[in-house]
Order: sequence, then structure tokens, then C-alpha cells
Amino acid sequence: MNEVKHRKLKISVLRYNPQDPESVPHMQTYELEEADGMTLFIALNEIREKLDPSLQFDYVCRAGICGSCAMLVNGRPALTCRQLTKDLGDEFTLAPLPVFELIGDLSVNTGKWMRGMSERLETWVHAKEQEIDLRRIEEPMDPELAEKLYEVDRCIECGCCVAGCGTARMREDFVGAVGLNKIARFKIDPRDTRSDDDFYELVGDDDGVFGCMSLLGCHDVCPKQLPLQTQIAYVRRKMVAMAFS
Amino acid sequence: MNRTLEVIAGSDLVERPRRSRWPARLDYLQSASGLVLALFMWAHMGFVSSILFGKNALWVVARTFEGYYFFGHRYPVIVSIAAAVVLALVIGHAALAVRKFPINYRQFRTFRGHMAMMRHGDTSLWFAQVVTGFALFFLASVHLYIIMSNPGKIGPYESSFRVWDQHLWPLYLLLLLAVEFHGGIGLYRLSVKWNWFGGSNPDEARHGLKVLKWAITVFFLAIGLATLATFIKIGITAHPIYGERYVPTWQQDALPGHGGQAAPVAGQPATTSQAGGAQ
Repeated sequence: MNEVKHRKLKISVLRYNPQDPESVPHMQTYELEEADGMTLFIALNEIREKLDPSLQFDYVCRAGICGSCAMLVNGRPALTCRQLTKDLGDEFTLAPLPVFELIGDLSVNTGKWMRGMSERLETWVHAKEQEIDLRRIEEPMDPELAEKLYEVDRCIECGCCVAGCGTARMREDFVGAVGLNKIARFKIDPRDTRSDDDFYELVGDDDGVFGCMSLLGCHDVCPKQLPLQTQIAYVRRKMVAMAFS
Repeated sequence: MNRTLEVIAGSDLVERPRRSRWPARLDYLQSASGLVLALFMWAHMGFVSSILFGKNALWVVARTFEGYYFFGHRYPVIVSIAAAVVLALVIGHAALAVRKFPINYRQFRTFRGHMAMMRHGDTSLWFAQVVTGFALFFLASVHLYIIMSNPGKIGPYESSFRVWDQHLWPLYLLLLLAVEFHGGIGLYRLSVKWNWFGGSNPDEARHGLKVLKWAITVFFLAIGLATLATFIKIGITAHPIYGERYVPTWQQDALPGHGGQAAPVAGQPATTSQAGGAQ
């Protein structure tokens, strides 16, 4: 049997514990032998298991569905469970997503931010209360529309688009691509009774869609390849139309 | 009472239940003013670069915009008014666009850090747009004010004297670079912002737009640099006759002793151009 020679990876991780007043952000480098089909998620677990049990990072599903494991890989937001180490050089850096509250090392609290965004934008179907009748058969939806809806509903709220957004970095109240994508999603949903006027109340200012400067960092780093550029353009057109209505 | 509105507005509230439509209008106007200015810059480059086809070509273009071929007389005030309109547009666009600038050192530092770390093309291009836009506050204003306040002084010699003898070539060189990068990036950004040419494959379209954007920038920079070089060359060779107006070749033959009346300015006695100029 041929012995396959594996690369030695040098992974520099940004370490910092905001709970500890003595802690200063610094880079710590771990050396690790690469394995076949290794993802960053596997590499990080190996580091924690064999090299440093104190290293903090998040994960749940290991399959790009839960959105917990996003971090900066070589400065760009990515999901560690989807990032193969073979697509990276021998040396690379890992850092926590900015914008979100830092828990420690690579672990951030995206949930808190996402909850705030969801409450602010009311990201749920607004049906007319009196029409809710659980015994009635649901209105059928055109399959094409359903496809379109599910396409943008694939968002896993990992926070990559927010961390990759120059506007969100500069202006903390900016709603981000994740929020604007949700507005687009509920706008095309026929079950949602909200009008453009109602959506304008939610994103019709410089913290909303008009804050977006079209840097498209969001679109280019989205691990689910959501069509964020066109979704934001769609919301922008609809909201600008309100100015002349 | 008007005071009521003042008090409500001063308290950061509005006297109506729904949100203001102004953010939408401002967003639209920023894009619209930028588009008009960028398209104007393309046309402007077309007119100015006529010098590459010879002195007569620029003379004809300049006189055309003074209405000479429509009214039989030159009305340089038309050019001054046009320059004033463009200056107003520039000021309006600057006022709208400055809302997006990093507004304090913290934002500036955060964006620079983000940009260096991300190494993302469109993010870096935005910063280039901020820098060139900031430069244009000053460069474009100086240029437009000079054109506005010097009616009738656009021509092969007149412009060359301005470029060379009046030492404006460094300003024009910087202005050219700032305008071409700012306008090119701006048009690309407008296309992706409003998804104008997205079609069925917006990612492919965006890639195409980016390539086109660079091609257009290189094209206009090449023409612009050649044009500026031509003005400098004319400025140097015509230095001994500084102040003289250019007379197109077909009028030179008709005039006795090489001096005489070039296209007359409306309401002014015909000026005589003399060899040796007004030095």
C-alpha cells in the first residue's frame, strides 16, 4: 500500500477571552497533519482534542445547515464545516466574525443579533387573524412561486453576509443582507398580507435598504450562494417606487 | 402655526404616522445625478478629445457649443450657463454622496481594516470611489469655476495656454484620473445596485460589467492622457504667441496679413488677432 504524504497545516487562530480582563487578543499557531477530505470543522475538533482543550468555537450540524460555525478564514467569512482544508494554503488564519458579540476565541453570539433583526423586521408571515381557520385546506401555491420562495428561504442566518459587509461594519444599525433578503422573501409570499407601505416602515431608511452601498461582499461570501445582489436590488426598486407613489 | 412643525421636527419626530419618503428620494437622486454626470463625462471627453483630430476640429466643437453655427454669432454665455448647471449637479451629487462617507475616524479605521482583511474587489473599489470623490470636490469645482468665469476662452490656443502657461496641467491630470476612476466605478455600481443588466444570469452579467468597466476606464484614460499631452504640446509651441486666439485655417486665408476677425462674439466689436499676440 502506498503511503500518502499529507501536508502539515499551520493554523493561526485569534485567541481572546473578553471575560478575562488580563486577556489580550493574540494569534496562536497550531500545527496539524491534514487528512483526506478534511474540513476546517474536523481540523478544529482535532486541535481541541489533541492540542488545546481551551479553544472555543461553535458548531452543531456539520453540514452547512445550522449556520453556527461561521468565522473568518483568511479574513473572509466562511462556514468551517463546508470549508475543505485542501482549498487553503499550508498556512492560514482563523478569526471570529466581527459585528457580533464575542463569546471567546472563535465563538460569537450571532443568535442575539439575528433575534434583534427578526423582531425589528417582523420576519414572519403576517396573515389576517380572522382568516386563520385550521380546519380549512391551505391555499395551493404555484410551484414556480414556491421554488422562488424556497430559494431565498434557504438562508441559515450564519452571519457571513453581515461580517462581510463594509456598511454593517461601519454602521452598527444597518440591517444587513440577511434582513433585506428576508424582506424580499416575505414580500413575494402571497400569504403575507403586508403592503409595500408596511415594508417601507421596516426598511425605508438609511439603516435599511438605502444604507446598502452595493459593495456586494454579502453576495460573494454567502455560503448558501443566495442571490443577495438581485434580492437587495428588488427591495430597493420597490421601496424607491414608494417615494413617487 | 409653523412653530408647531419646528418643535415637532426639533424633537426628532414627525407629525404623521408613517415614515418619511425622503430617504427613498435621496437614494434615487444620488444614483440619478451620478448617472447624468457620468454620461456627461463621456460626452465631454468626446468634445475635448476633438483636438486629437487637429486644431480646427476643436475650434468647430467649441464654436458649436457657443451657438455660432445656429445664430451666426458666438454666445459664450451658453457655455458658462452649461458649466454652472454641471457645477450645481456636482454640488448636489456631492451632498448626496457624502452621506455614505466614513463620518469619523472610528468608521474610517473599521472600513480600512475590513477592506485589508477581506481583499474583496468591490469593497476596495468603493474606497477608491470615496477617495476620488473627495478629490473631485476640489478638482471639479476649480475646473468648472474657471470655465464658467472665462466665457469664450475655449479653443486650441486658448485651452492650451490655460493648460500650459497658466499651469493648470497638474490639476487636469489629477482631475482626469479622479473622474475616470470615479465615473467608471460609479456606473458599474449603479448597474449592480439596480440590477440593470442582470438578465437571467446576474453573476455572469456582473463579471461582464466589471470587464467592460475596466475596458472603458482604460479607453478614456488613454484618450484623456493623449488629449492633455496634445494641449501641453500646443501650449509649449504656441508659447511665443501667448494670448492669441486661434483662427481656423479656412479663415486665415481670407484675412489680410494673417490677422483679422475670427467668429465674432455677439454684442462685442469684432476682435482683431495680431501676430505676436497680446503679450
